[in-house]
Amino acid sequence: MRRRAAIAEGRLVRLLVLALPYAWLLLFFLLPFLIVAKIALSEPALGIPPYAPILRWTEEKVLTLVLNLGNFATLAEDPFYLDAYLRSIGIAGVSAVLCMLIGYPMAYAIARAPAHRRDLLLMLVILPFWTSFLLRVMAWIGLLGDQGVINGLLLWLGLTREPLRMLYTEGAVYIGIVYCYLPFMVLPLYATLIKIDPVLIEAAADLGARPWRAFLTVTLPLSVPGLAAGGMLVFIPAIGEFVIPELLGGPAAQLVGRVLWVEFFQNRDWPMASALAVVLVLVLVVPIATFQRLSATRGL
Amino acid sequence: MRRRLPWLGLALGAGYAFLYLPIALLVLLSFNDSRMVTRWSGFSVRWYVALWNNESLIEAALLSLRIAATSATGALVLGTLAGFALARLGVFRGRTLFGAMVTAPLVMPEVITGLSLLLLFVALAGLVGWPGERGVTTITLAHITFATAYVAVVVQSRLVDFDDSLEEAAMDLGARPWTVFRTITLPLIAPALASGWLLAFTLSLDDLVIASFTSGPGATTLPMVVFSAMRLGLTPELFALATIIIAVVTVALVVALRLARVASGPSRV
Repeated sequence: MRRRAAIAEGRLVRLLVLALPYAWLLLFFLLPFLIVAKIALSEPALGIPPYAPILRWTEEKVLTLVLNLGNFATLAEDPFYLDAYLRSIGIAGVSAVLCMLIGYPMAYAIARAPAHRRDLLLMLVILPFWTSFLLRVMAWIGLLGDQGVINGLLLWLGLTREPLRMLYTEGAVYIGIVYCYLPFMVLPLYATLIKIDPVLIEAAADLGARPWRAFLTVTLPLSVPGLAAGGMLVFIPAIGEFVIPELLGGPAAQLVGRVLWVEFFQNRDWPMASALAVVLVLVLVVPIATFQRLSATRGL
Repeated sequence: MRRRLPWLGLALGAGYAFLYLPIALLVLLSFNDSRMVTRWSGFSVRWYVALWNNESLIEAALLSLRIAATSATGALVLGTLAGFALARLGVFRGRTLFGAMVTAPLVMPEVITGLSLLLLFVALAGLVGWPGERGVTTITLAHITFATAYVAVVVQSRLVDFDDSLEEAAMDLGARPWTVFRTITLPLIAPALASGWLLAFTLSLDDLVIASFTSGPGATTLPMVVFSAMRLGLTPELFALATIIIAVVTVALVVALRLARVASGPSRV
């Protein structure tokens, strides 16, 4: 009897554990997406909120569904938007690769450091992430600006006659993204590298492989899941990045996140902003699914 | 095997230099008497005094701290439950959807999260009359939602890692599930809960985009004030603010590292 009661209690606990977060996420994560999709299909209107309902009563008292595909047509036709998507994907992709190139040696060095130092070295990678993101971006304005530290140094050394244009360029956007997202690359890479059994590399060495070859044939293939997870952690959020292109990028850096922000806050065109978000989610479905498979198999 | 590779140390050093030089610059410039970033005109704490007297900034900081504390606590509860569900419940109906909803916010671009939550609040206000006015409440709800994902991942990985034989032993000795949870599981996952809460707190404190979408006229958070000040140009006051944040975080992390060392010291299996 007691056993049965315990099982019933276990079931109740399961239900309680699951119900609250499940209901919360359905309400605050899934439902909002459906609403975005709905509003992307409605027409902009003057008023509060600034869009027309898609279900309306006509004058003959008939409920009609008015779908407006105009926003998506504009997205497809106006090269400004297509350009914003392509440029965002390009910049996010290149930034992810740059993070790999900088982050891999760092993660590898930390994984090979003496065990008692690893915690501290990892902590040093994470620490900047805990401080204000905006203020760290601000530091780069001070470094890269026409009257910034780097130009001041170059002028003082006599290496240039007039300040180099570094701030408000695409290069500044890359620096900002790599700088802010680097920890997201180093952490998953470290987690996979530390799990690789050193015996495998010793075996490769015993069989006559030089260190480089052992690295290329053993370590690198085994760290691919970490590279992929880190790549997704940089690539996906960077595509929709708003703050970095806004503050470091100048008027030419029209990335999707910034375009969406302007449609929403300055043009008050909520349906257009929603259409931009819907297309962005569609672009990200495959990368997000990949990321989830990776985190499900590795437990992140 | 453990041959020293000089270029590896060099790469690590260069990486840390890249991460820390901008931060060092912020700290240095916060004590500069001049407004110019390229001229050092003497040590001064005037920007700290100016910061202290900047009422709108202090007010925004207090509001942000309050939102961060509330939303971190909410995210801790929801994220712990979600982490448990993913680590312990095995296969259940709707698990794929649940897993997707828990991890997707980790990578979802902020503009999408912010826009979709705002539209939800607007739709809810139209349907049921709540929330009447957007502000602290709506920002807090939005922050709970995206921070839950981070807490869930931290708790889940801790639960997957740890040895559940202690719990089984307690169960075999007749302890009820709640007692097992309170006396065995909770103390074992306490460090994960602490770091999950701190992570959620930091994320909330740092968020500009989601708060901008979900806020109303009455609620201006610290990142919103900082962002609009930055658009007007660099102010050394903000360098002073950055320095204070860096100092607090450094002290907190050093303490956390010490505590982790003490906790996992000799008894680590």
